[in-house]
Amino acid sequence: MSSLDDLYRRVIMDHYSRPRNRGEFEDDETVTVNMNNPTCGDRIQLQLKIEDDKIADARFQGEGCSISMASASMMTDAIKGLKVEDALKMAGIFSKMMQGEEYDEDEFDLGDIEALQGVSKFPARIKCATLAWKAMQKGVQDEPNSE
Amino acid sequence: MNVQEIRQHFPILNQEVNGHPLVYLDSAATSQKPVQVIEALDRYYKEYNSNVHRGVHTLGTRATDGYEGAREKVARFINAKEPAEVIFTRGTTTSLNYVAWGYARNFIGEGDEIVITPMEHHSNLIPWQQAAKATGATLKYIPLQPDGTISLEDVRATVTERTKLVAITHVSNVLGTINPIREIAGIVHEKGAVLVVDGAQSAPHQKVDVQDLDCDFYAMSGHKMLGPTGIGVLYGKRELLEKMEPVEFGGEMIDFVELYDSTWKEIPWKFEGGTPIIAGAIGLAAAIDFLEQIGMDAIHEHEQKLAQYALEQLRQIDGLQVYGPEERGGLVTFNIDNVHPHDVATVLDAEGIAIRAGHHCAQPLMRWLEVTATARASFYFYNDEKDIDALVKGLQKAKEYFGNVFTG
Repeated sequence: MSSLDDLYRRVIMDHYSRPRNRGEFEDDETVTVNMNNPTCGDRIQLQLKIEDDKIADARFQGEGCSISMASASMMTDAIKGLKVEDALKMAGIFSKMMQGEEYDEDEFDLGDIEALQGVSKFPARIKCATLAWKAMQKGVQDEPNSE
Repeated sequence: MNVQEIRQHFPILNQEVNGHPLVYLDSAATSQKPVQVIEALDRYYKEYNSNVHRGVHTLGTRATDGYEGAREKVARFINAKEPAEVIFTRGTTTSLNYVAWGYARNFIGEGDEIVITPMEHHSNLIPWQQAAKATGATLKYIPLQPDGTISLEDVRATVTERTKLVAITHVSNVLGTINPIREIAGIVHEKGAVLVVDGAQSAPHQKVDVQDLDCDFYAMSGHKMLGPTGIGVLYGKRELLEKMEPVEFGGEMIDFVELYDSTWKEIPWKFEGGTPIIAGAIGLAAAIDFLEQIGMDAIHEHEQKLAQYALEQLRQIDGLQVYGPEERGGLVTFNIDNVHPHDVATVLDAEGIAIRAGHHCAQPLMRWLEVTATARASFYFYNDEKDIDALVKGLQKAKEYFGNVFTG
């Protein structure tokens, strides 16, 4: 099962079983995005606190497979503290990684996210991994002060 | 049934996927095709490809004979009274949309009711939502029993004098439930409504006699019964089809065209605007020949046995829940505790086993089951118990693989 191990790396399973930033902010000072994957039923609610063009905090909840939930957990961890512009850049890099394209490895410290590289070899699962990132992109675009 | 002999006719089944012999358990999504169907398409394109109904030339006559011969074959296959009651469409979805737009929209109005069930595939649900919105009719649901069946009591309670149309699936693509269509037709007709049956999951797997079922419309797809994609059938009783309006307008379907008005051909041709699906119909005819050689009753019996065997085997897996009733068509829908169905499907795929994971185009039913997604293994007569044994082994692997994630 070596190819399966490529997909389900230990760090992914760790984020799946012990998701970071899972939950909901109580206050109204957040951007909330609901997104689903209509072909498979996965869904996510992503909340972002954006202060001074920076993502101050992020939380998510939802239902989905190991890849989609682990990816949401990793992403919320990675974008916290980033400038909105950098979070979007990172989304671009992630998209390249999913397509199996070359990307600039030095631009960001991707940390745990690099474990998702194996997903690119499972075309049917790429949309699972990108769901949270798409929600983030939508969230910062909808946010009026993020210009 | 000699499955090994039958499989010789399906070249696609004889291959390895991810280093394992392919185990194809997704026939409810689409069936595989025997060489006889592939060769019929090949022959049509190589030897007599031509447009139908209009050419005077020899190839045109052969193509017309092939196309209209396919209609006669389908009529016999489902025991329609006459070939004119068989309309070729793109598939079940198109067939049901024809009824929604050509019939419901013209004969249903404000204050009327359309009745469906929560177990419908989106293709037998959204057309009725849309028809209800367009006509001002009320959309009502016959509730489901806890085991995923329909009780005739509930049908009687839901269908009223105001009900003009009832649409229900013959066999559920998720639960496997086989609905008692004949009995439902009795109740529906007593109230003066018409009954529309989604036959996508029944026509491929059991003998269907539309006169015996006494349904008014019956929709089916060729690709789920060994035929090519892009061909399907709408059966309707003659008097209803004559009343029903065409949905697509253009060439082929007209009788007389003037500058500001036109008249239509007789049924079935008034519903077949444009160059019809000639190759598809010819392929479907070859598929029906193949099915009839094996026998629909033998196919049904074989699949029922497989479904019962699969139920027995799957229930022995700890933490696996099967959805749907005991008596069912040839499919099993399930979930394993703590393993998402997509992950189940990925682990199985690595073993060469193809199943479906997701909401199966039945989101309201998923909510009724209180799940977001499920895994489904569906069978055809080219499957045998060995395929189910491979599935069980694969599921054990999925369980082991994910088993330690939440406890470890």
